[in-house]
Amino acid sequence: MQTHDCGGAPRPTAWRLFLFFSRIGLTSFGGGLSGWLFREFVQERAWMSEEEFLNGLSLSQALPGVNVKNMAIWIGCRLAGARGAAAGFMGIIVPPAIFIVMLAAVFAAFNKYPLTNMALAGAAAAAIGLSASMAITAARRVPRRVLPMMFLAATFVAVAVLHWPLLWVVLAEGALSVAIEYRRLGCAKG
Amino acid sequence: MGSVLWSLWAVFAPLSLVTIGGGQATVAEIHRQVVDVHQWMTAQDFLNTFAIARLAPGPGSLLVTLIGWNVGGFWGAVVATLAIFAPTAFLIYGVAYLWRRHRGARWQLAPEAGLRPIAAGMILAAVYVLFMALEGGWWACAIAVAATLLMSRSRLNPLLVIVCGAAVLCAAQWAGWLS
Repeated sequence: MQTHDCGGAPRPTAWRLFLFFSRIGLTSFGGGLSGWLFREFVQERAWMSEEEFLNGLSLSQALPGVNVKNMAIWIGCRLAGARGAAAGFMGIIVPPAIFIVMLAAVFAAFNKYPLTNMALAGAAAAAIGLSASMAITAARRVPRRVLPMMFLAATFVAVAVLHWPLLWVVLAEGALSVAIEYRRLGCAKG
Repeated sequence: MGSVLWSLWAVFAPLSLVTIGGGQATVAEIHRQVVDVHQWMTAQDFLNTFAIARLAPGPGSLLVTLIGWNVGGFWGAVVATLAIFAPTAFLIYGVAYLWRRHRGARWQLAPEAGLRPIAAGMILAAVYVLFMALEGGWWACAIAVAATLLMSRSRLNPLLVIVCGAAVLCAAQWAGWLS
């Protein structure tokens, strides 16, 4: 039970998790929230292994619901059970929700200065770095076999180039890919 | 008032169930419901709200919170937020719980292995789409590339990198280097 494939770092309490998710939710200007979570929980604090995080990320994207919220619940549950899951859910949503309502009021006043827009565009550009470095890790962790590589390429082309709806891409390719892996695992065992 | 809250719930709760892969995919449908079907906001108001949600920290789907706020005040914001985030929360919790209880079963390993390349493809696609949509010309592209290198190779605080990105683009604008 206590031996997940995770480093020996002491586990955070639910309250500490809430504060962590709140901080990330309130500072992640420019987007790239999953990248922030990866940075904080895997690279900085080693509370989860890369493997564990990426498993959660794959499931969060394939299951219905906002990804970031799914990921916060996954991480919270992993680190502190049901209370941790609740802490992740509340922390990633409630403080940023309050903040965005206040921001909407303030933003109306600052909108007329072009420098505000430039600052936010620059933040968005830099935030791509977070997502990109996580994307590189995720791609490097895909098994070097023909079929997984084909699925990776097909997903990228379908979503980025052809702009197919994510829902159908995930349902169709996901079902096929999981079925193939299920068979492969069965063959390996038998 | 009660009927507005109910409408907010009826619009956003079903959307939360078809949100797969990323909240951005549902924005077109949210626009249709909010502007065309219910006429809660004008198209211009919607665009402004969308811009704020994209620039604010936190999940992009908080767009829905702002819509709820505009339509039904405090309780509108609460109902809309719960509608988009809560219905699917128990699903991922159930899966996370099962995963924790039964490590290494075949029905776990297959989705882990099978979904890995799809997830990687989606994340790469998201990065590509964001990169192509950057405002600020090749300065912004250079910032994105530099930030990627910094984040991959170093332990710098991401917030520092993001603040530097904002500062560099502001400086470029101020110096008149952006055409």
